[in-house]
Amino acid sequence: MLKARIIPCLDVKDGRVVKGINFVDLVDAGDPVEQAQIYDAAGADELTFLDITASSDDRATLYDIVARTARACFMPLTVGGGVRQVEDVRKLLLAGADKASINTAAVNRPALVAEAAQKFGSQCIVVAIDAKQSGPGRWEVFTHGGRTPTGLDTVDWARRMAAAGAGEILLTSMDRDGTRTGFDIALTRAVSDAVPVPVIASGGVGTLDHLVEGIRDGGASAVLAASIFHFGLFTIAQAKARMKAAGVPIRDVG
Amino acid sequence: MSIAVIDYGSGNLTSAAKAVERAAHELGLAATVTVTADPAVIADASHIVLPGQGAFSECRRGLAAVPGLEAALQEAVIARGRPFFGICVGMQLLAREGHEHGTHAGLGWIDGVVEPLELSDKTLKIPHMGWNDLIVDQPTHPVLAGVRTGDHVYFVHSYEFVPASPGDCLAHADYGGPVTAMVARANLVGTQFHPEKSQAVGLRLIANFLKWRP
Repeated sequence: MLKARIIPCLDVKDGRVVKGINFVDLVDAGDPVEQAQIYDAAGADELTFLDITASSDDRATLYDIVARTARACFMPLTVGGGVRQVEDVRKLLLAGADKASINTAAVNRPALVAEAAQKFGSQCIVVAIDAKQSGPGRWEVFTHGGRTPTGLDTVDWARRMAAAGAGEILLTSMDRDGTRTGFDIALTRAVSDAVPVPVIASGGVGTLDHLVEGIRDGGASAVLAASIFHFGLFTIAQAKARMKAAGVPIRDVG
Repeated sequence: MSIAVIDYGSGNLTSAAKAVERAAHELGLAATVTVTADPAVIADASHIVLPGQGAFSECRRGLAAVPGLEAALQEAVIARGRPFFGICVGMQLLAREGHEHGTHAGLGWIDGVVEPLELSDKTLKIPHMGWNDLIVDQPTHPVLAGVRTGDHVYFVHSYEFVPASPGDCLAHADYGGPVTAMVARANLVGTQFHPEKSQAVGLRLIANFLKWRP
């Protein structure tokens, strides 16, 4: 049986992890490759790098990180942030990424998703959606890290992106992001029920039960979390143990 | 030992090549891994790895687009019997025929067809994406040494290889019914899942492949 996935996310800026594991025994706490190896050894099911470098002139650093990670870790790697054209996807895949995540550029030019999916296959195209509640049972798509409203309805947009060839939807609640109050379950459920492709729930994880809720109640196929793992609040093994105890199918660690 | 990872413009070859290098290193084998489409390199290779991502039709076209590539593969794998490992669409290409975006002839090295996943449970997501456990059908196959039913591997696909002869299926997974996970015949082996993304289990399969003397 297919297992729910736990995906730690590392924010990378100018080649350094800015929100990552806060372990004292790291040789270099800012090295994304070292952190990726820790998560690989810990049994994370996938890994995501989010490049939050403000300027686009430092992409070479990102490709180098992806290449070094791919040499060291034999697990699926998704890279997002700054993917603007088909060529960016190609470079990430060539460097060793398995999936490229497209956010703002998909809103600016929806055909990009179809073009990238046709060229490389849906399996490596993730569309990331940042959603904010705009009314009861309604969520608006935001871009530029949640700053720019688009007028798009999240459920409609997710459907459209899946139809265009997105192989997966990474769904972040901007209302919950950073609050540690749990996923927006209604949002997750609405999108998950609307699209045939897997949905990754993101934004708001503060406890292990939140992870369970994202899968069980939200209908997500995977849960993405950053701070609960990075700051050593919980380990991947603890997360898996809790999910297993709650009846969520997971892959045992080790 | 020299391993040719076939480059025909499909997907993430780096990961496959690095995983083969790692597996060889862990075995203490002196191995050269070359990402290549050069018929001369393929002719000299002791092992052939054919990765593949995306659509069957695209991969088939990519393979045919490289002059001399198919003939070199035919010679190395079929005529000379060099061990062959197909990954994902690289495994699907072993089939006689693929039904993704129309009907396309495969290499036809293992009889069967590639068809859309038929899921009894319509709420299941497509692609079949993530970690699923293997159900081993032929535990004595050398490439499965040390790999057991219940071990997890990473899948991402919407189509599956349905072999004409059930005996060609080495292992399957359960996703709304049985899904072919691994096929083999003579010197050919193929996985629907990605061994290069399947952590320790994947590296073990690749190591077994490198040690295999079919």
